[in-house]
Amino acid sequence: MFSLKNIQFPHFIKAAATHFKTDYPKFYKMDNLSKLALLSADILLKGNDKNEDTAILLFNRASSLDSDRKHQAAISDPENFYPSPSVFVYTLPNICIGEICIKHHLHSENAFFVFDTFNPKHLFFNADYLLKQNKATQALCGWVDFDDKNYEAFLYLVSENGIIAHQQEEIERIYHSHKSKATND
Amino acid sequence: MTELKNELKEKIIDILNLEDLFISDIDDNDALFGDGLGLDSIDALELIVMLDRDFGIQLTDPKEGKEVFKSISVLAEYIAEHRTK
Repeated sequence: MFSLKNIQFPHFIKAAATHFKTDYPKFYKMDNLSKLALLSADILLKGNDKNEDTAILLFNRASSLDSDRKHQAAISDPENFYPSPSVFVYTLPNICIGEICIKHHLHSENAFFVFDTFNPKHLFFNADYLLKQNKATQALCGWVDFDDKNYEAFLYLVSENGIIAHQQEEIERIYHSHKSKATND
Repeated sequence: MTELKNELKEKIIDILNLEDLFISDIDDNDALFGDGLGLDSIDALELIVMLDRDFGIQLTDPKEGKEVFKSISVLAEYIAEHRTK
């Protein structure tokens, strides 16, 4: 769909946002995790009929560590204590969900979980619960992780009209097949 | 004063991550908030931090901030009058 090799994240995400015509005034003001999450979500939600009743379930390993480190660096010197408000607001991982909701006008349930590794079991059960309990008509789910120079986004949309069965094994299979493809590329 | 205005424009573009915007794109009298540059409340907080860190000016009255951040011209005049560094 889009690839650039040997390029640092800021250049990659800017090129990707331009390529996918991601139009969001706040895009360059967001932290790295939010940029990654919003761009990935945008690709999926753009081709989808507008549906305010879309839940969001995201998981990662590093939480908001990238922004946490920047904030820590800004407050570590008592003689030069100037925390940045625009960095501080991103020192929670679920803020990236808020950005997606604002851009796509989503008003349903959302949650952000932190696990050591990709967790298809929790992804499956949480999405399945929301849909079966009629808490949402579709769910945007996935893994969005950003830590130092490593980043990874794997998102998918679950709805009644999907073409792949919503099963834990399928989530695991698709994730690992994409991960191995990305590693080989 | 022109030098200070350009310095402020550079700082605003850099600190607020106004991607693809250049000094020449900002008019001295453009509104910083609302219809002008479209800055938001978090940007306002960043500008307050910048005034303190770079010019030694501490804004404590929100009403004062609303007036000071009207445009680059107004901000530059305020800084020239009140700066301690």
